[in-house]
Amino acid sequence: MRAGILLFPGINRERDMAIAVRQSFGTAPRMIWHKETDLTGLDLIIIPGGFSYGDYLRCGAMAAHSPVMGAVKDHAARGGYILGVCNGFQILTEAGLLPGVLLRNAGLRFLSMDTQLRVERADTAFTSQYQKGELFRAPMAHGDGNYTADAATLDRLEGEGLVAFRYADANRNGSARAIAGIYAPNLRILGLMPHPEDLVDPLMGGTDGKPLFDSLAAA
Amino acid sequence: MIIDEALAKSFGLNAAEYGRVLAIMGRIPSLTELGIFSVMWSEHCSYKSSKIWLKQLPTTAPWVIHGPGENAGVIDIGDGLAAVFKMESHNHPSFIEPYQGAATGVGGILRDVFTMGARPVANLNALRFGNPALAVTKRVVDGVVRGIGGYGNCVGVPTVGGEVNFHPAYNGNPLVNAMTVGIARVDRIFLSAAAGIGNPVVYVGSKTGRDGIHGATMASTEFAVDSAAKRPTVQVGDPFTEKLLIEACLELMQTDAIVAIQDMGAAGLTSSAVEMAGKGGVGIELDLDRVPQREAAMTAYEMMLSESQERMLLVLRPDRRELARRIIEKWDLDYAEIGRITGTGRIIVTHGGAVAADIPLAPLADAAPLYERPIVEPVVPAPLGNVVSPLSLEAALLKLIACPDLCARRWIFDQYDSTVGGQTVKRPASADAAIVRLEGSRRALALTTDCTPRYCAADPCAGGAQAVAEAWRNITATGATPLAVTDNMNFGNPEKPEIMGQFAAAIRGMAKACAALDFPIVSGNVSLYNETEGKAILPTPAIGGVGVIEDAGLAVGIAIGPGLDLVLIGKTHGALGQSLWLREICGCETGAPPEVDLAAERANGDFVRGRILAGGVAACHDVSDGGLLIAVAEMALAGDTGVALTPHASSPAFWFGEDQARYILAVADGAALIAAAQAASIAAEHIGRTGGNRLTLSDSIAISIATLREAHERFFPAWFA
Repeated sequence: MRAGILLFPGINRERDMAIAVRQSFGTAPRMIWHKETDLTGLDLIIIPGGFSYGDYLRCGAMAAHSPVMGAVKDHAARGGYILGVCNGFQILTEAGLLPGVLLRNAGLRFLSMDTQLRVERADTAFTSQYQKGELFRAPMAHGDGNYTADAATLDRLEGEGLVAFRYADANRNGSARAIAGIYAPNLRILGLMPHPEDLVDPLMGGTDGKPLFDSLAAA
Repeated sequence: MIIDEALAKSFGLNAAEYGRVLAIMGRIPSLTELGIFSVMWSEHCSYKSSKIWLKQLPTTAPWVIHGPGENAGVIDIGDGLAAVFKMESHNHPSFIEPYQGAATGVGGILRDVFTMGARPVANLNALRFGNPALAVTKRVVDGVVRGIGGYGNCVGVPTVGGEVNFHPAYNGNPLVNAMTVGIARVDRIFLSAAAGIGNPVVYVGSKTGRDGIHGATMASTEFAVDSAAKRPTVQVGDPFTEKLLIEACLELMQTDAIVAIQDMGAAGLTSSAVEMAGKGGVGIELDLDRVPQREAAMTAYEMMLSESQERMLLVLRPDRRELARRIIEKWDLDYAEIGRITGTGRIIVTHGGAVAADIPLAPLADAAPLYERPIVEPVVPAPLGNVVSPLSLEAALLKLIACPDLCARRWIFDQYDSTVGGQTVKRPASADAAIVRLEGSRRALALTTDCTPRYCAADPCAGGAQAVAEAWRNITATGATPLAVTDNMNFGNPEKPEIMGQFAAAIRGMAKACAALDFPIVSGNVSLYNETEGKAILPTPAIGGVGVIEDAGLAVGIAIGPGLDLVLIGKTHGALGQSLWLREICGCETGAPPEVDLAAERANGDFVRGRILAGGVAACHDVSDGGLLIAVAEMALAGDTGVALTPHASSPAFWFGEDQARYILAVADGAALIAAAQAASIAAEHIGRTGGNRLTLSDSIAISIATLREAHERFFPAWFA
């Protein structure tokens, strides 16, 4: 699995992500400036967290129109793997690669703490190293993580098994049906708000996030 | 506009200072020139009242690379790396406009650090607010916390620690002291001294607007009730641009293009240009028509004094201009060659083809006013007499642990991203100092901010020493070795002899402690005139401490697990003077603060650090605000584990006294630790055994951890519910 990490102006968790990828994949990811358009040779595109374009206009809205996003959509159409975390999840929804939208947190404050996530299915390229129903810890750090979609979309996501993770301890940001992450129908695109990449080293308090990267490395 | 003494006075220059301007210029200055003099000679930029005292501080050690005088202090932390750090106040703006004041405070201190070539890896904040019962305090707390988060979270620098106090003395003048720590290679430190006649002077970053004009002057006067009218002097921050500026500068610093670099902070283009040329002993010419401008028809005066944020001034090698332009423009930032370095020793500013300012640099710096203001030695109160406790031990504990100065800070730090970067080993409240690992290494930084203003008010000298000692102790309590300090001196009006007396005494105490603990001061900031309606804040010399631990895996936090002995290291005399117990339980702020015995501080700390690094210490917490029982309760809460305390007389002096130089260690074998301490002539006693889910004070009194937690975590969520 060859991974690349997209760099938009204002992204700030690209280093964290690169560490997690390097540790599980054994190779360093390619860092891709947002004006590049050639993603040839990459199996996995990662859009990391941060504040692309300062979150001005709407979180992820401007990055979704960057030159590289055309190539990302082609990559998606070819069935390539895509992982979007936090701002990356917001960008994927703004780009139309995942349904729904991330609104301001219900309490209207930035939320930074560990949360418990429940693995809704363990048969995907992102979760094969977890067990179905397993709880794992991941730091969250966002002001706009309140996942929202219309009832029909939510029903479809549930019905088709496209809910990837749910908040298991507390639904602090107010997400519909406590959804923390979702898949595209082909299960090859994952967007989630919390940061498994920040919990891949016992020194930082645990390795709960590492199976996600190990899963991708094994896919 | 008529340029005269009256105008100079409105710019903050007194008659004698204006006379000095006339002597240097040999003529009436232009408006722009008067503006330049007034901001360069403001208290904020010139340190005219504090300089003679600051010289007493120890600033050197074998590991100090750059002490005070640069944008930030630089110390060697091994492996060819340097820690670059500084703390700076943004007090006045944070009262007028809390969100922007605090946000731009964070932005400003970040620039001081990355301008030296360091990638910022941690932010901390030392905050003091007024009486929580006042609506204005709630508004300020909310705005400041949101502002710190809004800026720090966006730029992707983890906010890992800090402190918060409340006291009515800060009602009209809160303190927002922001600290940034960065990492650079020791052989790639960038300085601000300009060099190379003819070299281009390049402006990078945001466009210049009319915001923040005379901000440095505002920071150099007392507040009056009409201070809200000064809102236009508060700058507006754009953390997104700052993030671009960080990445652009660090990328440019990988090349050999930069001769000198300085951020445009207080007094904007004026101070950066004057300081760069002045330090380099050269001259500088600026063509303001080339300055990127956000607003139409700005005057030279406005451009020179604007404090628009997120701007840097660079002197480049002429043959690297295109390379630099490509990098800056890649990050969508303005790149403008606005001048050149000259050999004239003058700053010459042109605008619209005319000379708007022409000032000789040497006298602007050398003839800057320097005051040895009169001082009155502080009168230190007599030691506290006998006090009778109005509350039982358990009632006092529950009240104290819930009070605004001791309650959980979770509501605050849950709004700060503390994990971005992936290197945060000890997050807020989990250890006495935050632990941030150096990427790709086992080595880590230990970071803290400390000051106990109520001690400083009673005895500024002891309080100054205590602030330094507590920072040293907090770093030590993690197992790290304390290396150096940045200080943020927050005081009232220096023209009042009693205030200047506080300042001088605090410096004396700090200097003594820094020398005794090998903990030199390498950077800092002075914020005076912290008064509203003539009422000064408590003297607050905030200390930011930096230490290093070779193996982050050895660092310990405060959380205890079951089956451990709790051992108190250090002597307990029962010092209740100026204690939180006295204030919160007895309602008085009297007596002398606890004695600071620097020899004991050193001996006890070195012993504790040695035990931690040898392994076998499961948790360690220093004993500070609230005393022994509060420290035990905090360890129990952090680890969600009970403690059975060793039976002891229920005297408040023992349980709530704030004697210094003390630590609680959680170890498997308390007897062995006590024996080792005794062998080293260190006082040690067994104070409890961990386990269960209750804090047991005696055979008949126990408080459940759940009850303690409810009390501890109640205040902030209830306040902002």
